[in-house]
Amino acid sequence: MAAGQGPHNAGEYIGHHLTNLRFGEGFWTFNLDTILMGWFTGLLGIGAFYLVARRATSGVPGPVQGFVELIVEFVDETVKGVFPGDRKFLAPLALTIFVWVFMMNLMDLLPIDWVATATGAAGLHQWKPVPTTDLNTTFAMSLTIFILTIFFSFKAKGAGGFVHELFTAPFGGHPLLWIPNLVLNIIEYLSKPVSLAMRLFGNMYAGELIFMLLGLLGTLAAVSGGGVVAGAAAGVLYWGWAVFHILIILLQAFIFMVLSCVYIAMAHEHH
Amino acid sequence: MNINATLFVQALSFAALIWFSVRFVWPMITDAMDERTKRIADGLAAAEAGKQSLERSAKQADEAIAQARGRVTEILAQAEKRASQMIEEAKASAKVEGDRLVAGAKAEIEQEVARARETLRTQVAALAVAGAEQILKREVDAKAHADLIAAVQKQL
Repeated sequence: MAAGQGPHNAGEYIGHHLTNLRFGEGFWTFNLDTILMGWFTGLLGIGAFYLVARRATSGVPGPVQGFVELIVEFVDETVKGVFPGDRKFLAPLALTIFVWVFMMNLMDLLPIDWVATATGAAGLHQWKPVPTTDLNTTFAMSLTIFILTIFFSFKAKGAGGFVHELFTAPFGGHPLLWIPNLVLNIIEYLSKPVSLAMRLFGNMYAGELIFMLLGLLGTLAAVSGGGVVAGAAAGVLYWGWAVFHILIILLQAFIFMVLSCVYIAMAHEHH
Repeated sequence: MNINATLFVQALSFAALIWFSVRFVWPMITDAMDERTKRIADGLAAAEAGKQSLERSAKQADEAIAQARGRVTEILAQAEKRASQMIEEAKASAKVEGDRLVAGAKAEIEQEVARARETLRTQVAALAVAGAEQILKREVDAKAHADLIAAVQKQL
């Protein structure tokens, strides 16, 4: 689609908004928008925490430090509830997930057409501002968690213990049960990263899609004779969904964080 | 949906963010929080200790005051006793001194009387001799009658 031209129909509009800015061919394609927005939101979120942390005082905290400490305490308490051991790694991991996912999700609240107009003016005609609506992001995170799960499993049980559990849990150590145990464990191990990634992706993608449909509805209603009133009604719906979406983005960030912690905590458990 | 090499970049970004949080952000914030917890605990403990030492010193001060009060009455009593003793002593010594002075005066008076009497006696004797000389109208040999005059003097 050329710059300055509006979408010709609904399908084109949605397709336009759901296409990543790509660089490369085949598998070696890089979704530049996802990567750059990922860095941007990561720097914004974790960077803000770092700036506060660098000037953190053990005296009376200011409002910003108080807010940061509130989140840190909340994350720490949540992790403590899931994992009773040493939280020196898991708690900051949880904080990173929570803050980064939230920041990425937050980009969803930028009105999509404003983003499209702004990036279009900069010469980028495909720009998805929400990295979590890209499966690459959610799978990258869930697979990282998966690798950490395996790593901590090995660390807690050793290679022998890990393999032993693959064959003897959850049904028991009888040789006849080795194959069912193994099959179940493989399914379990695969389902964890897939469900983790798909849940976040699905929620954000669907949310984005509804924003598009509502935006489209407003445009179409206004153009097809409904006039200002119909356009305003669609605007109200858009606003309502945005308010509801605040809850969703927070909730999804929290769920991703808690489930990651649960998976890693489970890796420490001996059967 | 298309999975592509973006996944690796995002995974690396995620890993970098985790590393940064674990290495810097989290410890910095929790250190500050832990230190605050410790400071508050220390402050509370110090306040408790201060309160206890205050109570202790108040008790000590009370004891010291009570002791001082007892000592004061003791000293007062002693002082009173000493004062009356001193008055008694002064009275006694004054009396002794007075007696001594009176005795001295008396002795002096007696001495004066004795001396006056002696003088008088000598003068009377001289007068008597002069009178006798006048009466006898003649010269009495003082040498010849010295024993006589001495006898008269003795009788005076």
